Amino acid sequence: MAKVTLPIEVARSHCHGERGHDVSGSDIREIVKKLELQFPGLRERLNQGLAVAIDGEIFQDWLLQEVETDSEVYFLPAIEGG
Amino acid sequence: MGNEKDHLEAIEGKEKFRYIGTSPIRPDGVDKVTGRANFGADFTANGMIHGRVVRSSHAHAKIKSINIEKALKMKGVKAIVTGQDFPKIDPSDKVVGEVVVSFYDMSQNVIARDKVFYDGHAVAAVAATSIKIAEEAAALIEIEYEVLPAVMTVIDAMKKNAPVLHKGMKTEGMDPVPKRSSNVASRAELKLGNAAEAFKDADVIVERDYTAQTVHQGYIEPHACVAEVSADGMATIWSSSQGQFMVRAFVAKLCAMNASKIKVIPSEIGGGFGGKTKVYLEPLALLLSRQSGRPVKMVMTREEVLRATGPTSGGHARAKIGAKKDGTLVAAELEMEYEAGAFAGSPVKLGCMTGFAPYNLKHVSCIGWDVVVNRPQAAAYRAPGAPVAAFAVESAMDELADTLGIDPLELRIKNAAVEGTQAPYGVKFPKIGCLETLRQAKATEHYNMPLGPNQGRGVASGFWFNIGGQSSASVMVNPDGTVIVATGSPDIGGSRASMALMAAEVLGIDYDNIKPLVADTESVPFSDLTGGSRVTFATGKAVVEAAEDAVNDMKRRAAKVWDVDIDQVEWKDGIATCIETDIHKPMTIAEIAAMAGKTGGAISGKANINAKGAGAAFATHICDVEVDPETGYVQVLRYTAVQDVGTAIHPAYVEGQMQGGAVQGIGWALNEEYVYSKDGQLQNTGFLDYRVPVASDMPMIDTVIVEVPNPGHPYGVRGVGEVPIVPPLGAVANAVSHAIGIRMADLPMSPPKILATIDAAD
Repeated sequence: MAKVTLPIEVARSHCHGERGHDVSGSDIREIVKKLELQFPGLRERLNQGLAVAIDGEIFQDWLLQEVETDSEVYFLPAIEGG
Repeated sequence: MGNEKDHLEAIEGKEKFRYIGTSPIRPDGVDKVTGRANFGADFTANGMIHGRVVRSSHAHAKIKSINIEKALKMKGVKAIVTGQDFPKIDPSDKVVGEVVVSFYDMSQNVIARDKVFYDGHAVAAVAATSIKIAEEAAALIEIEYEVLPAVMTVIDAMKKNAPVLHKGMKTEGMDPVPKRSSNVASRAELKLGNAAEAFKDADVIVERDYTAQTVHQGYIEPHACVAEVSADGMATIWSSSQGQFMVRAFVAKLCAMNASKIKVIPSEIGGGFGGKTKVYLEPLALLLSRQSGRPVKMVMTREEVLRATGPTSGGHARAKIGAKKDGTLVAAELEMEYEAGAFAGSPVKLGCMTGFAPYNLKHVSCIGWDVVVNRPQAAAYRAPGAPVAAFAVESAMDELADTLGIDPLELRIKNAAVEGTQAPYGVKFPKIGCLETLRQAKATEHYNMPLGPNQGRGVASGFWFNIGGQSSASVMVNPDGTVIVATGSPDIGGSRASMALMAAEVLGIDYDNIKPLVADTESVPFSDLTGGSRVTFATGKAVVEAAEDAVNDMKRRAAKVWDVDIDQVEWKDGIATCIETDIHKPMTIAEIAAMAGKTGGAISGKANINAKGAGAAFATHICDVEVDPETGYVQVLRYTAVQDVGTAIHPAYVEGQMQGGAVQGIGWALNEEYVYSKDGQLQNTGFLDYRVPVASDMPMIDTVIVEVPNPGHPYGVRGVGEVPIVPPLGAVANAVSHAIGIRMADLPMSPPKILATIDAAD
């Protein structure tokens, strides 16, 4: 299962403060769908200005990104640039 | 990428590049130095009229009424618009996903509705047959205000009873969400391990508060555009921006139009640095044109640029670092409050993510507060959010090195992030060059030169993510074998040359036979804007793929002519050769192009990508200064910027980015700041009073290009444009601190401030 880590403020507001979650899924959409079942409202929050890092690589458009069974997935603030 | 492995082998020296790594003259160079290039203000259209903006001189006020009658009656006035002429946008209307963009805030920033939020906020716009008439008409517009108290700093804005800019603003990221409105838009927190507990293991702890002021990007070219709406409602906009597709999307939203009805033609751009990633004039010009039926040109004055376009956030930071006696870092904390300006959205989260990124820390905590104040809405500026965070962290690292008696570069080398290090935001770094920049900095002649009296040396490191994103490219082979490379990425820092070099490398033809161009929104598929140090990486990747597509097309044509399988055709140095037999004479690109009509029509290649694999950038800078103890004047004696660039496609322009970023950071450290009156009116609205460094202020900025190739790019490119502004604030502050023997923690370090610091210590 992928190891998913949520931002502190998101974990506090939607997941009783739990940042780390082990979730199975072949892509981020599936992972978010499963998390949403457990924590209603989380999907909408994750869609607001967050990027995703999968095994060290950051994706701004992350919905359909594939994950491996042992991937490390971090939701983090989206990155803008100058 | 089918042959990414081949490219990377080439980078590692197994095959020498023919074009990449050379520094030919930029394709747009002659036009720019001879004045022929068309910038935003250079465009003229038949029947064109001129628009001017009426701006608030109050920092915070309710608009009670606007009377345009007198102005409308003036001869030559063709149109006037106010906030009431723009479509209403719901506060919840945001683009979410990659980055949250509030169209409600954007629309209010373009033109005020019920309130003005900063000195210079647009309230109305007039179009007339001459600039003079437009200005006179603007002066006739009567606006009645109810002036409100202004909050100008994060400290004041966060006070319990501070005047609230936006009723209903509740701090996001708090649990529970506060019941009262405040000026704090959001709180963000990053955490690795348990810093509070780990500090107990530290032998030495340094902790200090730091402040930095609002600064402007300082691009030379003011914002400018021409908009023309035809009778059938189709609009054309010529403008100077960092993204023609960005302009189209934002104008379409703010003016309630379909994107297909707006064509945006990019002009040359005279600097942006992140500040031209927003729209200011374009929606106003479009509505004025729609109302008048004439093309409308709008050009900001320098005063308008400084009063009303995005500066970057000033703010406050508190940095704390704990270490063992041998210099091993054990814990770190960073808490920052950034000014967002009038609307939420400072880059404080990015500051939290970047501050400690150059270091291997197991226990780190970063908290950021996004605070609205009565200043212009902050816009991106090279590595947004990172320089102020790095100023605090790198100053603290310097203080720690002093306390421990360890060479400051040795301290950084001992704790440097390497491949596999977990960044404060959780991600484990892939291949990076942080350590390499530190080692090369330590080996420079500069770092090992002795200093004289009143002189000091400072070092600092910095990090920036760099991003990928959507890019498109078309490679079109002309009948004579020359090539056009079209992209949708405005060229701010010499990217045309980089695109041409990468295309030349793939096609195997001379750089001079390639014409790179920046296309309008109807001539090339969508591309994200130029920013985030992404163009040479992401658009370059698209160009490489498009060129490979064109090569495959040409191999197919040669195979058809020779009646062989395409696998039997090899492409090298711009020539197709049949591997199977030597009976077929090799064909040059020109020969293949000349036969295009017989082999299937025009030859081209295309690529539309969302580029993955952006490689993080690290830099280490060394600064020597001399401080005049009588005047407080700081002379920068010598400056060296060391940076991992992945692969330098065009080394001279890479150096230019490193030098430019360093100089902007030096200006931020020493001189630049927004100076407001007590009532919130900007006092320094020109380059005489808003003091950016000029060439005569600076020594030659020496550069050391470090090349640790990015595995995520076919040629190993990392973005180079942003990270060079991250270290200078800390490097200069550390140098000044050593020169005067007192820690400087408040920017800018202007002569009066330095004198006051010296006097206070006496």
